[in-house]
Amino acid sequence: MNTLRQELKEKIIEQLNLEDYSVSDIEDNDALFGDGLGLDSIDALELIVMLDKDYGIQLTDPKEGKEVFKSIEVLADYIAKHRTK
Amino acid sequence: MKNCYIHSAVSISTQNTFETKGFLTEIVEHSTKKIEAIHPNYKNFISPSSLRRMATGVKMGVAASSKALEIANLPQPEAIITGTGMGCIEDTEKFLNSIIANKEKFLTPTSFIQSTHNTVAAQIALGLKCKVYNNTYVHGGLSFESALLDAHMHIIQDEAKNVLVGGVDELGNEFIDHVMMMENNTENGLKVPFGEGASFFVLSSDKFENCIKIKAIETISSASKEGLILRLKLFLSQNNIGPKTIDAFVTGQNGDGFDTYYDKASTLFPETLNLHYKHLSGEFYTASSFGLFIATQVLKHQTVPKSLINQGEFTKPIKTVLLYNQFKGRDHSFILLERQ
Repeated sequence: MNTLRQELKEKIIEQLNLEDYSVSDIEDNDALFGDGLGLDSIDALELIVMLDKDYGIQLTDPKEGKEVFKSIEVLADYIAKHRTK
Repeated sequence: MKNCYIHSAVSISTQNTFETKGFLTEIVEHSTKKIEAIHPNYKNFISPSSLRRMATGVKMGVAASSKALEIANLPQPEAIITGTGMGCIEDTEKFLNSIIANKEKFLTPTSFIQSTHNTVAAQIALGLKCKVYNNTYVHGGLSFESALLDAHMHIIQDEAKNVLVGGVDELGNEFIDHVMMMENNTENGLKVPFGEGASFFVLSSDKFENCIKIKAIETISSASKEGLILRLKLFLSQNNIGPKTIDAFVTGQNGDGFDTYYDKASTLFPETLNLHYKHLSGEFYTASSFGLFIATQVLKHQTVPKSLINQGEFTKPIKTVLLYNQFKGRDHSFILLERQ
């Protein structure tokens, strides 16, 4: 699970161009949206595409997305349970 | 009809034009065929959350326009008008490559959103929270001139008191290499490097001492050399100006086979100081916006760096400047400036 969390942090930094962040700056429980990393709705779309492309998970319910993208820890748990790739 | 004056001119270019108060005091020599702009620290102009999504051209455009508005002491313009030949080619290339690599699936929104040609003008407006007239002209070698013509018309017809106008193009990563390959395979290809940059101006109907007036602009899509001379003579006579009134003739010569247009036009001004700039800025569709920046600096500082002189000598105060640009024998433009 730790490897997956590390991988997700690296992907988020790279794909969302979070130039001022390194992996060690992101805590597993940090909020991804709002006061945490400060991601926005366009970032959410990027993350949805990443889930589909890299892990074979298609999020169709917006409410589900809101919960899944709460933090790295929640996201990693969700991917571990639902991944097809 | 109102008059149209330039209140500020700012350029991010392949020379030190942005973060210096002098005017081309040190020339940056380039030995490669593709030259990048000298970039300022964009964090001084753009918030980190916006900056992370912006490609080179957007950063250059937003920073240059921000400084142009600051110099003109103008918080909000009444129109934002840009010209770009290739638009946001970096993100366009990224998005198209992603389509191919992912077999038309898994397309991410950021590069698509940022790849449209009006991204620069849109980001300027978003940053300023400015909901005024916002337009982008994409018209090859006349992209900037079309934007300038629109801005000029806004001012002289009193539709706006202050207008932000600029030209911006970025090099990109791949498309430019194919263009370079074609240019290198012909004897009559470009002899100056390919470049990039963003030059922005605040135009206003307010006059102040020693400000620069845009007296007239004309664009011509295509013309023979003889036809061009006739149009140039007509342009001068319509503005009640004889060839001897022109103190500096600024051309966009780039060393290719179509420089003969400039040679022909220069015959009208045998005694006039002849300036060029594309060996310093590189060639790109909106390089003429750098030309306008250079002309405003010559008029403002009343000095001509040696590297700009193509022919003649700087011997007298410069009051009237004529710019002529064309690209590949098409997209001709005249811009007439006058120091007040």
